[in-house]
Amino acid sequence: MTEAKIRTEEMLLNMGPQHPSTHGVFRVVVRTDGELILESESHIGYLHRCFEKCAEGNNYLQVVPYTDRMDYLCAMMNNWGYAVAVEKLAGIEVPERAEYIRVMVAELNRVASHLLAFGTYGLDIGAITPFLYAFRDRERILKIFEKLCGQRLNYSYVRVGGVTFDMTEEILADIEAFCDYFDPKIIDEYDNLLSYNGIFISRTANVGVMPADLAISYGVTGPSLRGSGVQRDLRRDAPYGIYDRLEFDVPVGTGEMGQLGDCWDRYMVRMREMRQSIRLVRQALAGIPEGPFCDKKAYRAVKPKAGETYKRVEGARGEVGFYIVSDGTNIPYRVKARAPSFSNISILDKLTSLSDVMVADLVAIIGSLDIVLGEVDR
Amino acid sequence: MNLFAFTTIFAQAGKGLGEFAGDYSSKWDAGTYDGGLVFAGIIKWLVTTWGVPEWVPLSSILNGVLEASVFPEIGALLITIGLVFGFVNIFAIGAVWSERKVSAHMQCRLGPMEVGPHGILQTVADGLKLLAKEDIIPRLADKPLFALAPAIVFAGVLMRFVPLPFGDQLIASDLDLGLFFIAAVGAVEVLGVIMAGWSSNNKWSLFGTIRTATQMVSYEIPIGLAFITVIICSGSFSLMEIVNQQGGSLNASDGYVYGGWIWHWNLFRNPFMLVLSITYFIASLAECKRSPFDLPEAESELVSGFHTEYTGMRFALFFLAEYAAMYLVAAVAVVIFLGGWWSGIYPLDALGLGPEATTLTKTLGLLIKVGVFLSKAFALVFVQMWVRWTLPRIRLDQMMYVCWKVLLPISLVCLIGSCLWELASGGASVFGFGIVVE
Repeated sequence: MTEAKIRTEEMLLNMGPQHPSTHGVFRVVVRTDGELILESESHIGYLHRCFEKCAEGNNYLQVVPYTDRMDYLCAMMNNWGYAVAVEKLAGIEVPERAEYIRVMVAELNRVASHLLAFGTYGLDIGAITPFLYAFRDRERILKIFEKLCGQRLNYSYVRVGGVTFDMTEEILADIEAFCDYFDPKIIDEYDNLLSYNGIFISRTANVGVMPADLAISYGVTGPSLRGSGVQRDLRRDAPYGIYDRLEFDVPVGTGEMGQLGDCWDRYMVRMREMRQSIRLVRQALAGIPEGPFCDKKAYRAVKPKAGETYKRVEGARGEVGFYIVSDGTNIPYRVKARAPSFSNISILDKLTSLSDVMVADLVAIIGSLDIVLGEVDR
Repeated sequence: MNLFAFTTIFAQAGKGLGEFAGDYSSKWDAGTYDGGLVFAGIIKWLVTTWGVPEWVPLSSILNGVLEASVFPEIGALLITIGLVFGFVNIFAIGAVWSERKVSAHMQCRLGPMEVGPHGILQTVADGLKLLAKEDIIPRLADKPLFALAPAIVFAGVLMRFVPLPFGDQLIASDLDLGLFFIAAVGAVEVLGVIMAGWSSNNKWSLFGTIRTATQMVSYEIPIGLAFITVIICSGSFSLMEIVNQQGGSLNASDGYVYGGWIWHWNLFRNPFMLVLSITYFIASLAECKRSPFDLPEAESELVSGFHTEYTGMRFALFFLAEYAAMYLVAAVAVVIFLGGWWSGIYPLDALGLGPEATTLTKTLGLLIKVGVFLSKAFALVFVQMWVRWTLPRIRLDQMMYVCWKVLLPISLVCLIGSCLWELASGGASVFGFGIVVE
C-alpha cells in the first residue's frame, strides 16, 4: 500500500487591522494549517494617541476628557479612576451626594458596556439579532446620560471633587424606570435568546480555556479574570467611593457548560454582573442624600502638593489604574494609566497556543476578552 | 406544433428526437397536451382565440411567429427561460426585501422605509446601483475563471428550476429523472464557488471556498438520502408524479386524481418521513449556505467568504443565486414532503378536476393550486429567514459532525424504515418489491 502523496502547507493569514471581529484596529497574524491555528501574533498600536504625554501638558482638570477617550465604552469609570487619584493626591473631600451619583452612573455605564460586549459577542458567534436587542437597551442608558451631561460616549462627567452636573429628580426617575424595565425581564430575555442557546454553548464552552494561575500571571483583570473563577473585584477587595456600604455579589465563572475559564464563563460573568450593577444602582437610588454635587474649590482648579500616588477602580474590563506624579504645580508631572484591555489582550497569543484553536474560535476568544482598542493603545 | 416541445426534447434527448417531436406535434394538434404543457396550452389558447390584435403594429408578422410557422422551438425555449428567469428575479427582489423586513421586525427596527411604500422598491434601487457599479477584477486574479464563476453558480441554480413545478401542469419540463436532475445539477454550483474563491487569489476567499466545498458536498448526502426515500415510496423520479401521488389515490371509475386530504402528503406517509423532512430541511439550510450553516460567508470571520472580491453585477449574480437556491430547496421540500400544490382540503383540491370541469372551474382550480404551492414554498422560505435571524453560526468541525454523525445515520434509518414500512403496508416501490395498489 502506498501512501498518497498529498502535501499540506501552512498558511500565513493576516487578520486585521481592518477586520470586523477584532473590535477595532487590532491585527493578529496567524499561522494556520487549514482551519487550525498553529500560532498567532498580536500587533497593537494602530490607535496610539499619546495620552500620557498629552496629560503632561494640561492642568489637572483638563486631563479628564483625555481619559474618556481611553475606554470610550465605559468613560465614567475612567473619569472616576483619574478623579480618585487626583483627589487622593490633593486631599479633596468628595460630597456624599456626588459619591452616590458616581456609583449610579458608573454602574449604568458598566451595564451599557456589558450590553455592547454581549451584542458584539453574539455578532462574533454569528447571531445578529442579540446585537440589535443590546443596542435597543443600551440606547436607553445613553439617553439618560445625554440628559445628564449632554454626551453619549465621552462624558467627562465624573470630575475631580465630584461630578459636573447635579442629577435632577427627572433623571433619577428615568434611572429607576430603566432598572424596572431592564432587570430581570430583559436580561432573562437575553439568556433565553443567546446564553443558553445550544449552538452558542457549543461554540463557546471549552474554547479558549484560561487557567486562573495563567490569567493572574498575565495580569488579566475584570470579568475575564473572574471568568476563570478568581474572586477579585476592587469594588469589594479595595473599596473606593461608597462601595463598602453597598451590597452586591461578585459573580465568577463556574465552568458549568465546559471547563472553568472558557469563553462561555467569561461571557456569563458579564451577564451576571449586569444584574449586580442594577442592584447597586437601586441601592444608590434609595440612599441618595441631598447636598452639593461637587467640591467648590476643586470645581475651579486643583493644585496638589508635590508627591505621587496610584489609585485604581474596577472598570467594565478590569482594573483602571492611574499613577500620578505631582511637582506642586497645577499641571501633572507624569500620568501613567494602567489599561485593563492592554493586559487582557496580552494573553491572546498564549491562549491560541494552549489548545487546538480554529479561526472561528480565535474570533470567539477575542470577543470573550472584550477589548477596547482605544484603551489598549491609549 | 407544441411551443414547448423543444425544451422537453432537449431534456429528454435519449428518447429519440424525431419520434418525440412527432409525438408532441400530434398531441398539440389534437389538443390533448398533458404533463407540463400548460404554459404551451395557455399560449396556444391565447393565439387561437385572439391572436395579436389588428391594431398592433406588425400584427401579421407576430401572428405568423405565434402560429408556430417560423422558429417555434427556439421561441418555446426562450419563453420558458424567460418565465423561469423572470420568476427567479422577481422572487429574489421580493425575498431580499422581505428578508430585510423580517429581520428588521425581529430586531425592533423598521428596515427599509424610504424607497416606495415601506421600502418595497429598495431592492430594485440596490439592483440598479449594483448594475451601475464598476466591475473590478483584482490584478492578481485568474481572470477567465474569475469572470466565469458567477455565471456557473447562477446557471447551476437556474438549471435546477427546469423540472420544478409551480403548480398543477405548470412546469418548464417534466423530466422523468427530475429529482435526480436536481440533485445532480446542484453539484455544478459547488464548482462555480470553488472557481470563484480560488481565482480571487485571496486567502479569506480561499477559506470560504474550502468551507463551501466541504459543506455542500457533505450535505448533498443527507439530501440525496431524503430524495431516495421519497423516490422509493413514490416509485417515480418525476416531480409531477410525486406530487400527483400525494393528492390521494386514483379514482378507480374514471381514472382521475381528485385530490385528497392532508394525510395523503408524503410527510404523513409513515413516521420516518416526518423525521426525514426535518433532516432534509436542516440539510437544505446547509445546501444553500443559510444560517446556522453560513460558514462560507461568515461575515464575522471571513467577511464574506468566496465572493469577497466580487463587485457590481457579478456580485449580484451570487446574491441572486443564493436567493434562488432558497426558493428552490423550499419548493423541492414542498414537492417531496408537503404535498406540492395540493392544499390538503379535498373540496378545494377537487375543484377543476375530472370530466365535469368547466373552463371557469379549471382556471380557478389552477390558480388555487399555484397559490397553494407558492404559499407553501414562501412559508418555508420564511422559516429559513426566521432561523437565520435567531441562531448563531456553528463551527466547521461541528458542521461536519452534524452532517456525518447526526443527519446521515438518521437519514439512513429513515430510508430503511420507510422501505420496511412500504413493504409491510404494501405500498408501491421503485425496486418492484412492493405491491402496486389500484
